[in-house]
This record gives sequence, C-alpha cells and structure tokens, in this order.
Amino acid sequence: MSEPAEAPSAQAMGRRWLRSRELALNVVAVCGGIALWGGVVALGKVGLPGPAQVLMRAIELIRSGQLLTDLLASLGRVTAGFALGVALAIPVGFLMGWYSTARGLIEPFVQFFRMIPPLAVIPLAIVTMGIGEAPKVFVIFLAAFLSCVIATFQGVVSVDKTLINAARVLGAGDGTIFRRVVIPASTPFILVGMRIGLGSAWATVVAAELIAAQSGLGFRMQQAELYYDLATIFVSLIAIGALGLTMDRLLLALETRLTQWQERM
Amino acid sequence: MSRGISFQNVSRRFAHRGGTFLALDRFSVDVAEGEFVTLVGPSGCGKSTALNIAAGLIEPTGGAMIVDGRSVRGPGPERGVIFQQYALFPWLTVRQNVEFGLRIAGKSASQRRAIAQRFIDLVGLADFADSLPKVLSGGMKQRCAIARAYAVDPTILLMDEPFGALDALTRVQMQDQLLDTWSRERRTVMFVTHDVDEAVYLANRVIVMAARPGRLYEIIPVDLPYPRSEAMRLSSAFAEIRNRVWRAVYHQPARFLDGAAQDNEREMR
Repeated sequence: MSEPAEAPSAQAMGRRWLRSRELALNVVAVCGGIALWGGVVALGKVGLPGPAQVLMRAIELIRSGQLLTDLLASLGRVTAGFALGVALAIPVGFLMGWYSTARGLIEPFVQFFRMIPPLAVIPLAIVTMGIGEAPKVFVIFLAAFLSCVIATFQGVVSVDKTLINAARVLGAGDGTIFRRVVIPASTPFILVGMRIGLGSAWATVVAAELIAAQSGLGFRMQQAELYYDLATIFVSLIAIGALGLTMDRLLLALETRLTQWQERM
Repeated sequence: MSRGISFQNVSRRFAHRGGTFLALDRFSVDVAEGEFVTLVGPSGCGKSTALNIAAGLIEPTGGAMIVDGRSVRGPGPERGVIFQQYALFPWLTVRQNVEFGLRIAGKSASQRRAIAQRFIDLVGLADFADSLPKVLSGGMKQRCAIARAYAVDPTILLMDEPFGALDALTRVQMQDQLLDTWSRERRTVMFVTHDVDEAVYLANRVIVMAARPGRLYEIIPVDLPYPRSEAMRLSSAFAEIRNRVWRAVYHQPARFLDGAAQDNEREMR
C-alpha cells in the first residue's frame, strides 16, 4: 500500500532515470544487432543480404509504392478481421461469464476451436468462400475472436464478489451491477485479450497471405522467394515486425490509459 | 416491533463436503433504533453470517430476520454495509464512490454533488475527493467507504470487521471518528469485531457469541456514557467490563465447546 502524497518527486525522478537508462540500453542493443548482422554477412560465409543492401531495397520499394500497397493490404485484412472478432468476442464473453446457461452452451465450442490453429481452417475457408478477401478475413476473425473471448469470460468470472455485494447493498440491480461494476472491473482482462488477439491476428494474416493471396506482405515474400530475392523478403519481415510492434504498443498505451485505476506494484 | 433490527430464532445451514454445517443456530437478538451493538466471539461463531443475513446478502434457513418491522428480502439501501476489505470501486474517485448509491437512488447531479460533499467533509477526505482509491491509505479507504454508506441515508449500518486490516494506532483513531460521526448522524449500528477492546469501547451492548454451532452466548451491557474518551478507555470501570467480555469470549465453559463440537460432527456426517 502506497502512502499518499509523500515523496513522489524523488521516486518519480528515480523512475525517469531508470527508464532513460533502459531506453539507452535498447538502442545500444539494436545497433549492436545490426552491426553483428553486417559483420556476419561481410565475412561472406552466409548467402544473406547485408543491412545496406536491405536498406537500398527498402528505399526502392517505398519509392515505387509497392511496400505501402502491400502494407495496406495486410493491415486492412487484420483490421477487418480483428475488429469483427473483438466486436463479437466481448458480448459473447460477457454472456458466458454472466449466465451459466450460456457458458454451458458456448464453452465446448470455444474450447474445441481454440485447439485448432486458425491456419488449419484456410483450406476449408477457401473451398467454401472462394479466393477473395472473405476467407482471409474470416481466419483472422477466428484467431482474434478465440483469444479475446476467453479473456473477457475470465474477466467477468473473476470480478471481486465483494464489489458486487457493495453495489447490491447500495441498491443496485442486476443491470446496474453489470454496467457499472462488471464492465469496468473486467476491462483490464479484455484489453489483455485484445493484445493477445491482435498478436495472433497479425501472425495469421501473414501466413494466410503466404498460402493464398494476390497482395500483402506475405504474398510479396512468396513472390520474392520464387526469384530468390532475399532483400525483399528481409524488407517484408522487418515491416511485419515493426507494424506488429507498433500496433501492440498502441494497445498497450490504451490499456495503461483505461486501467490507470489499478494498483500496481 | 417497530424500528431496529430483530433476529428471531435465525438459523443458517451451509452445505459442506456432502453434508451440512450449522453456521448459526436459533440466534435471537433485538437491537433498538439508534443503538450501537458489537458482536464478538471466537472464529466460526457465525458473527459475520448474522451480519450478512441482516444485510440480505445471505438468506436464513430458519427463523425470521426483521429490520424496521419488515421481513428482510435481499439487500437494500436502508441497510448500509461496510466491509473489511473496503470494497471501494477502484476505477471511481472518492467522490464518484460516494455518489454511486445516490445515482441509483435517482438523485439529480446537483443533489448528488451536495450530499457527497457533505459526507466527504464529515469523514475528513475533502482534500482527496477527486483521488482514486489506489492513492489512499487503509484508514482513508475505510473512511471513504463509511461516507459512501452514510450518503444513501440508511437507517441501519452493518459493519463487518471494518477496522480489522488497520494498524493499532489508526484503528483507535478510526474508532473515535466513527463514534464522532455516529453521534452527529445517529444510526442503528451493528458492528462485528474480534477485538474485545474495540467491542467494549464502541458499544451500548456487547453481544458475545459461541462457536460450533454459532449461537448467542451472552449479552453484556456497557454502562459508560457517550462521548467516549481516552480517559474512559483507561478507567477501571472500562477494565471491568472488558474483563467480563474477555472471559465470555475466551473462557466459555468446556461443555459449551466440546458438547457443541460433537453435535456438529454428528451433523457434518
């Protein structure tokens, strides 16, 4: 338990110093990694493109607009599938946590489909939905939905019973308890679920594009493979990582903002 | 029976490992309007069960639970409850916590604001009205919970070991503040504690309970005037009552303990 108002300045200053030190270490590590990569390639023992070559290709791809087109194609699929998945997962998760009947009816399906990697559904999705955008978006939707629904359900189930009782003794009915206690109390769980969901959505889109697509970062790598164009593969991989990381950080920022009220160690 | 709390042969049985377990056995106590009673007893004596039945959070399996002349059906805002774990909504500020029940009661924004401010001032949290619970100390959290319970204007306050998690010094301060608040905003109070000193210092009457099965053991009146003070806490009259309660809690006759335990084992089977 933190004592109020006392000595926050010194503590905050210490924390700020620790953070800038950490950031400096991160930068050193990244530069070191790139240098190591360049060094290994320069030795000529491995047939990989070096950092300079990859950078040149990246500039080329950015200039021609190819990278942006691919990026937007992948991002569009992820956004659509992820939004649909989360939009369904939150109400279904609440339903499962709140009504034991709903839980009994839905849980076996969720638990079963969770065990099937979304990618394994691609052949079926292509056969039934054709080769357009639908099967890819569907598979991403499935990935996002399954990770997020479990987290939401867990969040509702683990709402502190004392808080519910506190609301009841203040005269709250079920509707009020749901809106004003259960939803805010499970928000941290939902946001963690969304982050996991986004991670698996992103992993799924790239894999789906490798298998069946005419655009996107996965498709570009697939094409580059045919021409032994390693530099393009590197650029795509770096773009995938950077974009995934950016989206994750954005969700993390949202999470920190929405769950400021939580007591942290 | 008009206002106040009336336990009439209230029993409560819980399911336990395939059998049942009698947590409260034909408990009968009347608490008059405006009275401050404390419930003490060894662990497992059913004191919290009794309080939760009065709150409407647990249903009795036998007897009648009457509050203000009516049979209790579920919780209601006329019975304020203060929990040991504070139970503040961590995502709401002190003010929003205090306004929570007022909003349910359908008060307008300006009314809510005025009432909340009055009780926040009463418990001395004005400087922290817009802070989140996470920055408050344990004592401040409990004061916020008390303000929240008071705000909806309950006729009865049910307090379940509210100061149990506080350090000894804060605890004594909280007791004085509670009595101070109570003397200005008189309510019927039922206060559960395991601290004999606290039980005597606060109460008009101390209700001592026995365990296995939980039941009434003895009611000890505290013939000390309010307002209570430190001098009174250290007086010989206080010590005498305290000793009496202590003996009632810690030296219940063996027959009372063993016989009951055997009865209960038979039931557990």
